[in-house]
Amino acid sequence: MKVIDIKNITKTYTDSEVEVHAVNGVNLSFEQGEFAAIVGPSGSGKTTLLNMLGGLDTPTSGEIHIGGTNMASLKGSQLIDFRLYNIGFVFQAYNLIPVLTAKENAEFILQMQGIPKKERETRVVELLTAVGLGDRLDSRPSKLSGGQQQRVAVARALASKPKFILADEPTANLDSNSTENLLDIMEELNREEKITFIFSTHDARVVKKAHRVITLEDGKIISDEVKAIH
Amino acid sequence: MLLQIAWKNIWRNKVRSAVILTAIALGIFAGVFNMAFYYGMVEQRIETAISTEVSHLQIHQKKYLIDPDSKNSIANATALALDISRLPAVKHTSNRTLVNAMISSAESGSGVRLVGIHPEDEKRITDIHNRVVEGSYLEGVNRNPILIGEKLAQQLNIKNRSKLVVTLQNTEGEMMYASFRVTGIYRTTNPAYDEITAFVRSTDLETLAGIPPNHAHEIAIFLNNSTTLDATMSALQMQRPDLEVQSWRELMPEVGLVEESMDVSMYVFMGIILFALLFGIINTMLMAVLERRKELGMLMAIGMNKKKIFGMITFETMVLSLTGGVAGILIGGALTLYLSHQGIDLTHWGWAAAYESMGYDTMVYPILKSHMLIRITLMVLLTGFLGSLYPAYKALKLNPADAIRIDI
Repeated sequence: MKVIDIKNITKTYTDSEVEVHAVNGVNLSFEQGEFAAIVGPSGSGKTTLLNMLGGLDTPTSGEIHIGGTNMASLKGSQLIDFRLYNIGFVFQAYNLIPVLTAKENAEFILQMQGIPKKERETRVVELLTAVGLGDRLDSRPSKLSGGQQQRVAVARALASKPKFILADEPTANLDSNSTENLLDIMEELNREEKITFIFSTHDARVVKKAHRVITLEDGKIISDEVKAIH
Repeated sequence: MLLQIAWKNIWRNKVRSAVILTAIALGIFAGVFNMAFYYGMVEQRIETAISTEVSHLQIHQKKYLIDPDSKNSIANATALALDISRLPAVKHTSNRTLVNAMISSAESGSGVRLVGIHPEDEKRITDIHNRVVEGSYLEGVNRNPILIGEKLAQQLNIKNRSKLVVTLQNTEGEMMYASFRVTGIYRTTNPAYDEITAFVRSTDLETLAGIPPNHAHEIAIFLNNSTTLDATMSALQMQRPDLEVQSWRELMPEVGLVEESMDVSMYVFMGIILFALLFGIINTMLMAVLERRKELGMLMAIGMNKKKIFGMITFETMVLSLTGGVAGILIGGALTLYLSHQGIDLTHWGWAAAYESMGYDTMVYPILKSHMLIRITLMVLLTGFLGSLYPAYKALKLNPADAIRIDI
């Protein structure tokens, strides 16, 4: 089942009267349960493509369909609500709320969805245990290592049961052990729960783990290699 | 959870929050205490005006108010006063005869308003008898006793038991003279009143001025409860349209005006304090928002809608403002409570005489009322809300895709 269907999208910026095509005629689709990495040098359009997939930016032309919904049909708060219920985000700098504990951070998104407290707690404890932080539920981000913080971010992204998770350079700030550990957890969640992960990365370790590697250059896909099929 | 986050966010930067909280608390404290002080002062003035000078209501002949001639008196005043005193809202009444006169000692003379009273009736509605500082209250002298104010005694350079000569025009227009013996000297909080008001027995004044018995120029009415003032006034006025019924507000318009304008001026004062604090609040919250651009970008990205972002920042600002406001109210309230028993003695300050000359007591007991605190709290909340608007606007203008990548 197709989760994402991208039809000939372009994103053009005008810089000092010069048109820059950050993304140029990209056609792409992702199936449920993929574990894919989008790679490419700086300025290749990875971040722009990821922003458009996440509904944080809109294409200049072309269409993006997520779970059958044309993103262009969603306006203002509809788009924000769509993100809340359908897309999970993991950021490079973890971006946790420093005044909340690990449990509260992961719970926050569920609260925005209006999920009852008991249900929220059960789900969040389950997820944090799954990412190996069952014993750090009440720790604030400042008391957690970078790898642990990123695992809280993964738990937060998973909490709302999104259609897919977008991870923008999730391992960029992590050491080797933490990276390995995080990737193992995400791969396990992908394998066992059929959760779709799409990474943008420079990290060779992520590329190695990815089952599909899409390479961008100058806003175009120059290769789309499937390494393993679930 | 929003309240919990708002509270936690306030303490992210402890020093910055402590500075603005201190500023809010001090500002509100100053406003609350200032309000309590002036309310206390004005309430005491009103209380003195009612209990010492004019009572709640007074009845005069309509003509007397235009021409205060001793001829313009109320006939059958005793029966009327008796009728009035039977009304449930009325505590007591007192009939007075009023004549403007010249009073002279061996050294000096002065114009005064002679108030002829029935001493026992008057005791029930004014507290002049309790304000006698020397001698007694029209007692101890059989013939023509007079009670004068301390200020007048100083002006005439006389003491208790001194003899005074009173000159006045009787109802026939003839000049009449009589000697009176000072039986006592009183002092109210209003030296201007003390300077021109002297009390004699009504019977003595009637004889001297030729006022027919059972006539009075003024019927003073003291009510059981000041809340019934307007209703009682209307009822009496309807009952006797030929007479003029006036409340203390009309009789002492300057005090009435101060009471009426008090609320407005106090809330304007509080408004000015809050307006100044508003800029501090905006500055603090703006810094907080700009520091948290990355976090706000993340919240927007993961699905926090604009309404919730606005609500979060507004809520946080209001919690910040309310925390400072409540601290200020508590400090101001505690000091007011303490001073409402101890009093503030203005004689320690240079400007006490100026207040005294306007009839205000130099010992002020501040008052705080619950409706003041409720209004101040609402004003603080409104300030917090207004203070949140610009920071919230800045937050809402953030582009989540850019904000999450900001290096702070």
